[in-house]
Amino acid sequence: MSEELQELQDLKFQGIKINYLYVCKRKLWLFSKNITFENQSDKVLIGKVLHEYSYPKEDAKEVLIDNLIMIDIVSDGAVREVKYSSKMKEADIMQVMYYLYYLKQKGIEKQGIINYPKERRKEILQLTPEYEQKVKQALSEIEKITSQIAPPPATKQKICKSCAYFEFCWG
Amino acid sequence: MQKTLYITSNGRLRRKDNTLYFETENEKRSIDIENVEQIHIFGEVDLNTKALNYISQYGIILHFYNYYGFYAGSFMPRKKNVSGDVVVRQALHYLDREKRIFLAYCFVESAVYHMMRNLRERKEAEAFLNAIDDEWENGKFNISSISELMGLEGRVRNIYYSSFNQFLPEDFYMEKREKRPPTNPINALISFGNSLIYSTVLTEIYHTQLDPSISFLHEPSEKRFSLSLDISEIFKPLVVDTVIFKLLNNHQLSLEHFDEDLNYCYLNQEGRKIFIKELQSKLETTVRHRQLNRNVSYKGFIRLECYKLIKHFIGDQVYSPLKAWW
Ligand code: SF4
Repeated sequence: MSEELQELQDLKFQGIKINYLYVCKRKLWLFSKNITFENQSDKVLIGKVLHEYSYPKEDAKEVLIDNLIMIDIVSDGAVREVKYSSKMKEADIMQVMYYLYYLKQKGIEKQGIINYPKERRKEILQLTPEYEQKVKQALSEIEKITSQIAPPPATKQKICKSCAYFEFCWG
Repeated sequence: MQKTLYITSNGRLRRKDNTLYFETENEKRSIDIENVEQIHIFGEVDLNTKALNYISQYGIILHFYNYYGFYAGSFMPRKKNVSGDVVVRQALHYLDREKRIFLAYCFVESAVYHMMRNLRERKEAEAFLNAIDDEWENGKFNISSISELMGLEGRVRNIYYSSFNQFLPEDFYMEKREKRPPTNPINALISFGNSLIYSTVLTEIYHTQLDPSISFLHEPSEKRFSLSLDISEIFKPLVVDTVIFKLLNNHQLSLEHFDEDLNYCYLNQEGRKIFIKELQSKLETTVRHRQLNRNVSYKGFIRLECYKLIKHFIGDQVYSPLKAWW
């Protein structure tokens, strides 16, 4: 893997962790230990991706794998994140804020966009000093949670039902 | 649900463009690769690296069996779900004597529970059920080593198997359990079913972060993927034995489904097909799970068992093995 790609991967992982911090701390812990579970839709996606590689098109289609980020910095000057639904708004916003924060450390100032294609909606985000502060806090909290020996216990929440860890946590 | 494919005829697995085909002399069948999880190969099948590479992109596992239907080995594509953390902690549970015995005991306890469950409804087996109960209840408090546990398990299992003669058709009388090679039709069935369960469990382990070579009841050196043997203990009586009882008592299988030339010690192709079909439908049968409030298949319960082990290793929840409550 090239260095750039590796960095992008790390960035992506860190972004997901920020997201999970707001969604469920147990999920964050499990994810940070690489305890993840592929599902059927991943496999279908592999199929699609492979298919697209073997039949090159002018525009590569956008592919979503478990909220995989689309950092489209070059083409339209923004960090873009595509989400299935706006249910997790706070978590999504923080994830994009983290990308903006990260870029700012590198001397790049950008806007953020969250696309909700299913709802035909998009949200434009700006990194404010308050958010910058919040991102820093989030990062240190992630550090704290993921260095715990055992995961935070499962607590039943509404989102459990649609969480990839549902059977792991409750079975 | 992800599909399991069984290939019982001879032929070739071939990739052409973006489709996988199974071709025999007179048939060419495409395989819905996105929905297949594992393929059990019993026939004589040719395949090349082109097909193999394609299969591995989809994370599909191949299990191979020899001419007699004995498990030969598996092809497992590079694993995606690896967690160093889980593996290290799994190993710690092996190295710590008490932690290891705890887990080994759990597997045996569940196995014995399911053996007794199988005999509970059978009047003919009542005396055997009581004998198992005695043996287990007296023995279980005096276990201080894996070999003692193994010994106890062996004694229980002998009583269990000898009870089969009470309720299975006469043609399937069993002197004693013999594995390699099986010496009579009932041994052949048990061996065949057990190797199918072994490979099915292995597939489930593969999809988790568990390391299949670190085991507790069986010695890790015994077989390459001995954790699969450990977990299989739970499911052999629960799945395989109940399938055997059903097939024999309903006369779906009889001596004509065994190879006469080989002294009825092996299932013939027709016999294997019948067995596989019944086993597969058992694995797909679902039960309402009380905590999940969802239907879970027998195969799904294997996965849940893996999850429970991971939770045990990471210090989340103490392992408590499956005891079928339905
Ligand atoms: S199932 Fe619920 S408790 Fe478990 S990780 Fe998901 S959200 Fe958290």
